[in-house]
Amino acid sequence: MKRNWWKFIAALLLIYTVIGGFLFDAPRLNILNETIRALHFHVPMWFGMIILLTVSVIYSIKYLSSSDSKNDMIAVSFANVGMVLGVLGILTGMIWAQFTWGEWWSGDPKQNAAAIGLLIYAAYFVLRGSLEDPQQKARISAVYNIFAFAALIPLLFVLPRLTDSLHPGNGGNPGFNAYDLDSNLRLVFYPAVIGWTLMGVWITSLLIRISAIAEKRNTY
Amino acid sequence: MLKALIQKEILLEWRQKAAFNGILLYLISTIFVCYLSFGLKSNVISPISWNALFWIIILFAAVNSVTKSFIGQSVGRQLYYYTIASPQHIIIAKVIYNTVMLVILALVGFGCYSLVMGSPVTNIGLFLIDVFMAAVGFSITLTMVSGISSKANNSTTLMAILSFPIILPMLMMVIKISKNAIDGLEWSSSSNELLTLGAINLIVGAVTYVLFPYLWRN
Repeated sequence: MKRNWWKFIAALLLIYTVIGGFLFDAPRLNILNETIRALHFHVPMWFGMIILLTVSVIYSIKYLSSSDSKNDMIAVSFANVGMVLGVLGILTGMIWAQFTWGEWWSGDPKQNAAAIGLLIYAAYFVLRGSLEDPQQKARISAVYNIFAFAALIPLLFVLPRLTDSLHPGNGGNPGFNAYDLDSNLRLVFYPAVIGWTLMGVWITSLLIRISAIAEKRNTY
Repeated sequence: MLKALIQKEILLEWRQKAAFNGILLYLISTIFVCYLSFGLKSNVISPISWNALFWIIILFAAVNSVTKSFIGQSVGRQLYYYTIASPQHIIIAKVIYNTVMLVILALVGFGCYSLVMGSPVTNIGLFLIDVFMAAVGFSITLTMVSGISSKANNSTTLMAILSFPIILPMLMMVIKISKNAIDGLEWSSSSNELLTLGAINLIVGAVTYVLFPYLWRN
């Protein structure tokens, strides 16, 4: 019970996010209108994805330096849940884009970068699937995980800043800071980031336990 | 050691001329297929399509030619190299060799392509620098991915799906620079893109240098 306190916090924060995100006062702005509430779902999911994928890469590096198969298991589980958050992030982003930009997919640099990022991680799972020897699978997928992450950083953080984009925070469009003059949004946004990330970690910890059990059953 | 390894790559290539000629023919046939599929006379295609098509052809030729840098090798021979050379030397030698090969491929491709499709490029100097930087980037990424996918069963499919998403940011920069070269913009307007492309190459190169020994150790 004592060790699970953070799970209660995650659940409470997400309940608060859903209620607050939909019901609290939001600034009235042209074009954006009520879609500004996507901020509490779309943006924290991307934050959560980046955090989980970073943890995954850290465990991949740990695996390469220690060759402990537990690290590999943790890295895969984090990548898995990070990918789920990424898909949710791109779907919520598309819903938002439909109602503000008028199109589900409008070829915005950030949308394209997100799609490429998902392709990279999909390739990671295909690579794992096509290697049979467990040690080789762990080592080679760890190498690809680090390699892909290094290639992803310029994609997500550098390239969108070089091109014009309609995405908030780019190309002269106001970012998050310009909206919340009354800081009502912040009141929900920061708990949402923590809530979604904790939820991701929770799911990951379950995945890790499941694969640990599966591995034990295979060895006996 | 490095020099010997590069020499060995070139010598091997020279002894199996059929493989290199095959890639050249692959490139030229692809260009001809595109030319006939568009059904055009010279200079009718719009510069934007010209640009995109050229780089797609080069990308596919590059994937096909670099694939064999690890996939074709027998296990015994790899073991032999492992005993006589350090992995860092091996990857650097392969990357340098592949870069040279890709530059040759891209230049031959550019020649044939402009012969049949016409060439809208006005700033040749910028275009050639772009070709060189693209060759470096493609060669690093594809050599590394070839090393990764050679360990798996369905390595040719893996080669494409692992490398395309990683190459895409590079390709976007390369296409942008070459568009600037086509429009004949002055050098300063491409400096941002050139710098970014160089930075991406540097990141990918550094990561490859650090990671390859783990891949090699088997």
